[in-house]
Amino acid sequence: MQVTVRIQRFNPETDTKPYYQEYTVDVEPTDRVLDALNAIKWYQDGTLTFRRSCAHGVCGSDAMRINGRNRLACKVLIKDLGSKITVEPLLGFRIIRDLVVDMEPFFAQYRTVMPYLINDEPPPVRERLQSPEERALYDDTTKCILCACCTAACPIFWTTEWLGPAAIVNAHRFLFDSRDRATEERLAILNQRFGVWRCRTIFNCTEACPRGIQVTNAIEQVKRRILFEQS
Amino acid sequence: MYHRFDAIIVGAGGAGLMAAAQLAGQCNVAVISKLYPVRSHTGAAQGGIAAALGNTEEDHWIWHMFDTVKGGDYLVDQDAAEVLAREAIDAIIELEHNGFPFNRTPDGRIDQRRFGGHTRNFGEGPVRRSCYAADRTGHMILQTLYQTALKKQVTFFDEFMLLDLLIADDGVCTGVVALDIETGAFHVFHAKAVLLATGGFGRVYKVTSNALAATGDGVAIAFRRGIPLEDMEFYQFHPTGIYKMGILLSEACRGEGGILRNGLGERFMERYAPTLLDLAPRDMVSRAIYQEIRAGRGVDGKDYVWLDLTHLPAEVIETKLPDITDFVRTYLGLDPVKDLVPIQPTAHYAMGGIPTDVDGRVTLDDKNTPLPGLYAAGECACVSVHGANRLGTNSLVDLVVFGRRAGRHMLQFVRENDFHPLPKEPDYRARAEVAWLLENDGNERVATIRAELQEAMMTDAGVFRTGDGLKRLQHKLGELRTRYSQVRIDDKSRTFNMELVEALELGFLLDCAEAIAASALAREESRGAHYREDFPARDDANWLKHTLVTRTSGGLQLSYKPVVITRFEPKERVY
Repeated sequence: MQVTVRIQRFNPETDTKPYYQEYTVDVEPTDRVLDALNAIKWYQDGTLTFRRSCAHGVCGSDAMRINGRNRLACKVLIKDLGSKITVEPLLGFRIIRDLVVDMEPFFAQYRTVMPYLINDEPPPVRERLQSPEERALYDDTTKCILCACCTAACPIFWTTEWLGPAAIVNAHRFLFDSRDRATEERLAILNQRFGVWRCRTIFNCTEACPRGIQVTNAIEQVKRRILFEQS
Repeated sequence: MYHRFDAIIVGAGGAGLMAAAQLAGQCNVAVISKLYPVRSHTGAAQGGIAAALGNTEEDHWIWHMFDTVKGGDYLVDQDAAEVLAREAIDAIIELEHNGFPFNRTPDGRIDQRRFGGHTRNFGEGPVRRSCYAADRTGHMILQTLYQTALKKQVTFFDEFMLLDLLIADDGVCTGVVALDIETGAFHVFHAKAVLLATGGFGRVYKVTSNALAATGDGVAIAFRRGIPLEDMEFYQFHPTGIYKMGILLSEACRGEGGILRNGLGERFMERYAPTLLDLAPRDMVSRAIYQEIRAGRGVDGKDYVWLDLTHLPAEVIETKLPDITDFVRTYLGLDPVKDLVPIQPTAHYAMGGIPTDVDGRVTLDDKNTPLPGLYAAGECACVSVHGANRLGTNSLVDLVVFGRRAGRHMLQFVRENDFHPLPKEPDYRARAEVAWLLENDGNERVATIRAELQEAMMTDAGVFRTGDGLKRLQHKLGELRTRYSQVRIDDKSRTFNMELVEALELGFLLDCAEAIAASALAREESRGAHYREDFPARDDANWLKHTLVTRTSGGLQLSYKPVVITRFEPKERVY
């Protein structure tokens, strides 16, 4: 089938502001949006620029706005969108070129929450024990691939300085891991002005997550943890 | 720009990050990565990581070693396989201590499950050896190792692409040249020790489980600098890729009880591997699938068969194979709980690569003479622990065991050695190559050449090979090489020029393909993943040896080096 793909373009070397360009491309209904973008880049216009790698929704490279929603281009099929598709870069980040945005502020937020296991007790010779029930408490938030679909879908993030959903998801992953010992330090970070309280439970993040993580729920669990640990 | 680090690691997948963890805080180390580290292809690994923990049933490292050697059709260097199997246990525990979220047994220990070719008591039957986190084991390894690297404050150069390896006239590695993809700037990294951990080159094939970024950059650059490549003819096709797309459906599907069926609904593996059935090694299962298809027993006479999970409890599918379930639903619109899933073998893993010893040192010849200062680990390297066919779950073991060993040896090396002077104009070659691609005004497109390359490799260097087919392939590769000299790219920008990146990658793929074709044509026997229809038997008398292919001014030259045999004499491989 033929689809028309309208893509936001911007090259800082030649353009003063972004503009839209339309391409018509032949695709199969079961193709991914990424296949359409590749077909354009490979056979029509080599200057079209976007990130991509695994092409099946596990590496998080190709997060972009597709018909207004944050999606991974490799996880949306053409048949679910119809013959007119609009593709734009994620909102809230500096555009480097076309669909490529500057992810450094996003990773800086991630690093803020100390996204690593902290436990200074001498480890046992074998594994630390953790029951399946304890493991289940943070299972959902281990799935995060740091694609930024959630954070870039958050209206608070568009207008205000705050950690954003992805960083909190990754804080949750350690806060609810029975092996971690840095609960107090992490909660102190999350309890700051730019922390969890900026969340207004809009649920855009949960809708946007290509991994199906219950993002808003995770943020709420962190909020409750702060309330109960402090009271 | 000029940078100076004691150690430079190229690639931020499992091997690179594991090495970085050994060096961080001990010396001045930086990691260069073409992608953001968490995008690395290690994250796509699904089913598990093997170690003889014996958590759920009796197991011993020597059984793991034996399975690795036998699975590799006895082309495995047994000293390396022993290191792999012994150190896997400790490496898994180290991962757990760093926060890896393993699935757990009811008493809280690391859970383990079955995987292809892993057996108890030297082949008696399947054993639970694969440690895992649902079907996202690679994702968890990548996340855990990246988290550990952040904790240890490793310096990263994200979205920097390797362009050249610097080797001084006296044969010492002195650093690398990389392209900052965002700005188009050239960076020279002067280092005492360099680790190549650049991953595989699955994109030489049309149907592959590999990421678009898996283009053999480090392997090709080493080859261009005169370093031999080992055992390149051994390329693994994973039996269960999604039909036409190649997306991986983990062997864990069969580890959890899934079975393969042909178009008649028969469990055809009963005919090929009576003991291990669907959990036979991948080379055997992939060949069996094609034999069924050739005999007209594919589904509707076509080139695919079924993966059947419908007899498994829905809960097992949803909780132990959640990502795979998601892939099948997303890309096929099918539900593995009640539908059969169409699959075909998909190009998956390079057993061969840059030759190294067990400490990750790159070696140059049949006497394993090391190249001072240069290391390799992970899929780009050939230790060789996988021989002619890698067992499932052993790739992740390889990353953590040999990434760690390489990192530790590099630390010792940088402590004992000073900086070696860089060659004059160290980025000359890299600049010339990029300038050529930006300015060349030919009439060939990158994508057209790449598609023809992938098609030719699939046809003539896939699961089945013949002398005639490989000669035809070499002829085609020659034609593509000529046409590559006429390539023209539309994009002349410096900023994030992904067309330039793809053009460079195509050059790397061509190098890898040439090495595969030459090595495969020469090896006149069938062993592991290398199956020659004109030489269908394994021939230990003539071919129990590793191939080394070297690029010289006079073309590709082949030489061989002996296989290290310590505990297990080669035997016929039956399952």
